[in-house]
Amino acid sequence: MDRRKFLKWSAALGGMTALTGGGLLHCVGSRTAQPPLRERDVWTSCNVNCGGRCALRAHVVDGVVRAIDSEADTAGHAATACLRGRAMRHRLYAPDRLKYPMLRVGARGEGKFRRASWDEALDLLAARLREAIDTWGNESVYLNVGTGNWGAVLSNSCSSGAPTISRLMNCLGGHLRSYGTYSYAMLEAALPYTYGGAWVDGNPITDVAHSELAVFFGNNPATTRMGGLGVSHDLARALRRSGTRLIVIDPRHSDTAATFADEWIPIRPGTDAALVSALAHVLITENLVDHDFLATHTIGYDEDSMPDGVPAGQSYRSHILGLGPDRTAKTPGWAEAITGIPAERIVRLAREIGAAKPCYIAQGWSLQRQANGEQNCRAVCMLPILTGNVGIRGGNTGAREGFFTMPFAGFPTLDNPVAASIPCFMWTEAVRRGHEMTATTDGVRGVDKLPSDIRFIWNFAGNCLINQHSDANRTARILVDETKCRTIVVIDNVMTASARFADILLPGVTNLEEDDFALSDYATDIGYVIFARKAVEPLFESRSIYDICAAVAKRLGVGEAYTEGRDRAGWLAHLYEESRRLLPGLPERMDDAFDTGIFRMRDPEAPRVPYAAFRRDPVANPLDTPSGRIEIFSKRLWDLGKTWQLGPDERIPGLPEYVPAWEGVEDPLRRTYPLQLIGHHPRQRTHSTGDNVDWLRRIERQELWMNPADAALRGIAQGDMVRVFNARGAVLIPARVTPRIAPGVLSLPEGAWYAPAQDGADTGGCINVLTTQRPSPLAKGNPQHTNLVQVEKA
Amino acid sequence: MLKRPAFHVDMQACTGCRTCVMACIDRNDLPEGILYRRVVEYSGGTCSRNADGTFAQDVFAYHLSIACNHCQNPICVRSCPTGAMRKDEHGIVSVDAKLCVGCRYCEWGCPYCAPQFDAKAGRMTKCDLCRDLLEQGQPPACVSACPNRALHFGEYEDLASMFGEFEVVAPLPDRAITQPNLLVTPARNARPSGSRSGCIRAAAHPGTPRNDTT
Repeated sequence: MDRRKFLKWSAALGGMTALTGGGLLHCVGSRTAQPPLRERDVWTSCNVNCGGRCALRAHVVDGVVRAIDSEADTAGHAATACLRGRAMRHRLYAPDRLKYPMLRVGARGEGKFRRASWDEALDLLAARLREAIDTWGNESVYLNVGTGNWGAVLSNSCSSGAPTISRLMNCLGGHLRSYGTYSYAMLEAALPYTYGGAWVDGNPITDVAHSELAVFFGNNPATTRMGGLGVSHDLARALRRSGTRLIVIDPRHSDTAATFADEWIPIRPGTDAALVSALAHVLITENLVDHDFLATHTIGYDEDSMPDGVPAGQSYRSHILGLGPDRTAKTPGWAEAITGIPAERIVRLAREIGAAKPCYIAQGWSLQRQANGEQNCRAVCMLPILTGNVGIRGGNTGAREGFFTMPFAGFPTLDNPVAASIPCFMWTEAVRRGHEMTATTDGVRGVDKLPSDIRFIWNFAGNCLINQHSDANRTARILVDETKCRTIVVIDNVMTASARFADILLPGVTNLEEDDFALSDYATDIGYVIFARKAVEPLFESRSIYDICAAVAKRLGVGEAYTEGRDRAGWLAHLYEESRRLLPGLPERMDDAFDTGIFRMRDPEAPRVPYAAFRRDPVANPLDTPSGRIEIFSKRLWDLGKTWQLGPDERIPGLPEYVPAWEGVEDPLRRTYPLQLIGHHPRQRTHSTGDNVDWLRRIERQELWMNPADAALRGIAQGDMVRVFNARGAVLIPARVTPRIAPGVLSLPEGAWYAPAQDGADTGGCINVLTTQRPSPLAKGNPQHTNLVQVEKA
Repeated sequence: MLKRPAFHVDMQACTGCRTCVMACIDRNDLPEGILYRRVVEYSGGTCSRNADGTFAQDVFAYHLSIACNHCQNPICVRSCPTGAMRKDEHGIVSVDAKLCVGCRYCEWGCPYCAPQFDAKAGRMTKCDLCRDLLEQGQPPACVSACPNRALHFGEYEDLASMFGEFEVVAPLPDRAITQPNLLVTPARNARPSGSRSGCIRAAAHPGTPRNDTT
């Protein structure tokens, strides 16, 4: 290396260590502006369902991606990819990529296939689809949840079905709808009863800079929102700027608790609502509640503000103070026995929350993914409601942090003539006994009763067919019965656990093999779209989902209706033009946008404070609830609880009170299975995406987290193979013995691929071998953190 | 002139996500078993049950991202019998592949396990600060990859004036051994260097710092 080049460095490095100045989000830079694109570099994106969205830059030589980097810092607003995006090269070139269409030859689930031509596979697919529609009706065709290409616009996979497949089905008379998600079904169902509307927003995470105290129930953005334009980055900056005290309440000492929190308070899973009740007891008895706010903005707090038709003694205050039907005061001593948090600490926490003006209270989605999840998530919202922290800067609703969504055109799905809709978690039941499912037994919407069982499943870019759905062994038993579901079509990149259950298995492209738009996700006050250009030609015989659907449409006589005369490129150009109407700042030519890579827009309403107008004037700006106010007591839920058919150990109460979870800490089943099992998000995967990628596996092993006390009791040492089991199945996995999890609690990172051995025990570390398909009472959602298990040395 | 290139790690922003590690793997096509940059978890304390069944805890955990520190007094250079390991006039410590015989003395000497043995090639490999990126005026790949902007790179003096010169923390070794060009802003719960209060959790990573044991 010659001297001249080093002189060049010298100037550049001077710039790197200079303060880059200003910007609330910006700390100190050791970065320069984004280097120009090298020849053969293309902008693309990481589209997995992590809650972020990151720009990737693929360096392509001779048609091969040789390296991946990301966006460097630009004034603190860089969509810098995390390790999962940076590992994209080995996801693209994974040895287990699906290479050509395949048709099942063995028993379903056995994983035996033969190679087929695209024509043969698509002819068969079209014939089976025709048969299902003609024999059992459009209600028998289901689009399973798939989140493997969450960020894409045209090739999007989605919790309610990919728009490309949905459009195809709607051209053919429609398909069974679904609602809810595996991420936040209980929260989405329950919180609107408190605040109204369809989705309850939160203050942005940057608002903690304006708070005196922040309290997180669960919530681990350090791992679940890792991208550079995301919540982890913004939380770090906001805390540094303000020095705001952060308390994290979680059964596990998460990376958020470790890195950012001033204090970690371990709690037993599923008992958050009990903790909140005791905090409320202190707030009420020590007069720390905001009486004015409660009087003007809420109903159901005391006996004077109850809705008509409810007997006396049902108000929140009565319930907490022990004046209600259960005659039990929800004292810190009462909660101590349930939650595991010492009464003294509960009292102190309540005083801290009551004194902090304002206080930012937020919840992650883990506590609602419980058998009593609806009650946990509604309960946490009681803290900001009682203390008047709703609708102000530095406060929050108690929901998860909010974010800005930029407008952009989506692929039009046309109208679905089928009205019937099921909770997405209930699809296995709809395969097994769909014709029995009704509104009051199984949460069916749109119709009183399903007309048909599910007979045909589309499973695109998803692993919920077996891996991410609860009780994998039961799912396998349901799927292998070919008299029930007649056809399973799987379209994916690699041989996933779900792909093994396909009848017709089609190789889809990854997002690096096609042009698309990728929209920002949870990014505080910046919205953006990444113009993701095809980096390489589709590998092997893989095809785009649009081309697959268009080919099926043509075979079934709806080709014109499906394509409207456009090919995939034509649709992209069309969607770009549509989006330019929504975003006039976009470049005139789409090609220029693809060259630029990323288009950013600041939230014009930042700082966004949800419910601020309601807070200012609740009469002029009422909420979308029956009373127009925050409904601490929900008469609608009270009525549902009396009309729905529920199990003897289930309740849907009007109040956000603690309801012990079946298979929770108070269940007598603990005598057989004494340990509570939860599942956290690992950094080396996004749900199940990436479990096959060697580079990501090198980063972190799949391990069962357990406390040293539980390990010692069973003679288990760090790294030992253990067998964790319950009546539903068993997993063989190495133990990670660590004080970072509460005694009595285990955590198995979700998303590892189901790999049952001959004796039935799973060797992949898939938590869903141990989870239940029994749904939560209101949302009929997935309680995947409510599990009782035992563990022994293998 | 680049005289004393150094890394700064802001442990208060580092969540241990390991993106720096992955950027290094991708850039250098690192084979299994070799990591020029590693991230280890250092954690300790207990979370236990009181007599009444409630929880008590004094748990701490933090992450440390570490590569070669291109030390002022590089023990790897001193321990190399062939002269293959050198620190050049720009402060970069690197291996001359032609001279390296793969004896691994440098690896044994280095308290940071920076030089690593490539069994296939039969010689040592290590971080060279992404020499080609530096030529283009860019920081090393690990630094620009950090989503939380916890890593910084530049002249030691510049970084020291910007971030301050803190004492190193556990599980880093005493600075006096090699005079590393590494600055750290300690995690809020960091334990002092030499502390035995925690242990290293390094997943399957090779080459964890060796002054402390699990």
